[in-house]
Amino acid sequence: MTESILKKKMGIEKEIDDFLNQISEAGLMSKNGMDAYLKKNMEAFAQALTSIRNTEHRGDDLRRSIEQDLYKKTLIPESRGDVMTLLEDMDALLDRFTGLIWQFEIERPDICAEFHDDFKELLLNSVEAVEAMVRSCRAFFKDINSVADHIHKVVFYEKESDKVTTRLQRAIFGREDLRLSHKMHLRFFAKQVDRIADEAEDVSDRLNIYVIKRTL
Amino acid sequence: MFAIFLTSGLFLGWSLGANDAANVFGTAVGTRMISFKKAAILSGIFVILGAVISGAGAAKTLGELGAVNAIAGAFVVALAAAGTVYWLTVLGYPVSTTQAIVGAIVGWDLFSGALIDYVSLQSIILSWIISPILAAIFSALFYKLIAHGIKSAQIHMFRLDTLIRTGLIIAGIAGAYSLGANNISNVVGIFVPISPFADISFMGWFKLNAAQQLFLLGGIAIAVGTFTYGKRVMLTVGAGITEMSPVAAFVAVLANAVVLFLFASEGLRAFLLGHGLPAFPLVPVSSSQAIVGSVIGIGLIKGGRGIRWRMLGEIAGAWVATPVVAILISFVSLFILQNVFQQKTYIPVEYKLTAEAEQRIVTAGIPMDLLEDLRGKTHSTAVQFRKAVSQRMTLNPKQMNVLLSATEIDPVALTFQAVNRINNPSITADQKIAILGLVGKAFTHRWQLETALAEKSPEWRPVAGDKEQNDKIALDLDYIYRLIRSTQ
Repeated sequence: MTESILKKKMGIEKEIDDFLNQISEAGLMSKNGMDAYLKKNMEAFAQALTSIRNTEHRGDDLRRSIEQDLYKKTLIPESRGDVMTLLEDMDALLDRFTGLIWQFEIERPDICAEFHDDFKELLLNSVEAVEAMVRSCRAFFKDINSVADHIHKVVFYEKESDKVTTRLQRAIFGREDLRLSHKMHLRFFAKQVDRIADEAEDVSDRLNIYVIKRTL
Repeated sequence: MFAIFLTSGLFLGWSLGANDAANVFGTAVGTRMISFKKAAILSGIFVILGAVISGAGAAKTLGELGAVNAIAGAFVVALAAAGTVYWLTVLGYPVSTTQAIVGAIVGWDLFSGALIDYVSLQSIILSWIISPILAAIFSALFYKLIAHGIKSAQIHMFRLDTLIRTGLIIAGIAGAYSLGANNISNVVGIFVPISPFADISFMGWFKLNAAQQLFLLGGIAIAVGTFTYGKRVMLTVGAGITEMSPVAAFVAVLANAVVLFLFASEGLRAFLLGHGLPAFPLVPVSSSQAIVGSVIGIGLIKGGRGIRWRMLGEIAGAWVATPVVAILISFVSLFILQNVFQQKTYIPVEYKLTAEAEQRIVTAGIPMDLLEDLRGKTHSTAVQFRKAVSQRMTLNPKQMNVLLSATEIDPVALTFQAVNRINNPSITADQKIAILGLVGKAFTHRWQLETALAEKSPEWRPVAGDKEQNDKIALDLDYIYRLIRSTQ
């Protein structure tokens, strides 16, 4: 009851900020989750999984509430469609982080110790790409002129992520002692992590267009 | 009969509401910042309030239609103007209702042999050019300034949305209020002297006099017009000419209001001149034309690629069509009403160089020697009389006006019956006493009654330089004249 009253009182600006916080936090939690998994600390990993699932739920709730507000109050009619797509795209990034940790939980990949650093670096690049994307979004709402300052970082981290993925895949498939199925399993996880940065870049491309449309 | 005559006024009100509400809420609705329903409700409420509260105080209480001297003629003129505006509204073009009325009056002038007001016609043509250009310059300027301000202020997207929405609503309701106040006289002003309504008191809280009840009816007609048929023109203004952002929508209404205020406000001009400041020139600016100009201005400052020139061409065509079609409909309808339905659509006004008129002309400094052979001769229309004078001597327009008003035959006799029907809060007790003192007397020329009243009371006496007082006297005299005519 109290929560719903508080929610109603929360302005849409605050809701959007909060929604973007969830995405940012989901990135950090996925990093914690992977670290715990690689260290075989399954208790910490389970905690990270619970936290990231809660974050995803909260993100979904916030997105729905924002979208309802946008339509019910007919806010920002000229940019409503763009903002809706942007929020859904950002929510998809949040889902990607959650999905990654879930896949670790379900498939339990056997990651050789020599690949640990590359996997960590790969995820770090994806998290940074999403982080830059979150900053771009905040700028889109508050200070449209500085969006470009953040978008170029998304592109940078995506490229870094591509480099690490290529390197990692070469290393995986260069190992003679591993079975092909194992190699393909590891490649799948590397691709899953890389895809987060790729998607962040796709969202940033669309955001660029929204910025042009809103430029006075 | 009153009810039948009133219908054409109400039809005119309805057309006005369907067309002119776009000047105030068009861009807001076109950019979806305000829903049509909300805009129509707000516009309706404030048009009615403007009509009832400020309509009576508008400078031209009788409006342009006041020039028409027979009620059946006024009925046709209003109907012709309303029909024209209705037709162009159905097509979705923003046009000026005032220009349709002036056109319809020109049709009446042509039919009745009265002099055509070329100044009005000239101002219509000027307003087609001046209004859009001025408004486009102002809107382009404001757009640059406001866009720069928004960039520098780093306002949150949703806060900006709220600010613009609030701005659009405030500008819209202010515009709707002045739409009601300024146009109600054209809608029902002509019917005020023949209104059968009595004052209504609402539990002693407030009172509606006969004029205000008519204004209320007219206001409701305008509101209904907006509600039932206003959307199309609003969408033409707000989305048909060029795609607009909410900021652009706000800038357009702001530029429209500023241009009307600076270049059409007699009040502002008097204030500036009164304080020894340079004043903006008064130019014929029409809101319908200015809002289109504002939208074009923003389209041009953004590069001009988004402007639909074909639509603009159609709108310009509609502007030219407005007075032309109104003249035609008015003339043909008057012909039918007069000859088929045997209604008196105008009171023939004769011109005669009487001894009293001659004295007045000489006092005004116009030599009479070339006009001696016109003495005592009656001319059946103003056109004929002017022709006769022009054949004998050359007069400037001002002198011709003096000559025409001095010789115009407008026989009036003040009766108790007419005086008893005075129901206008503007007529003071002192003015009424002066009128009572003249009961039983008859006058050949209108100016004779005016002079007689001025001699009886200072409240009927024009004061040099006091525009407010002189305007009030002119309106009061107009009211008394119409009252006398309606009882004759």
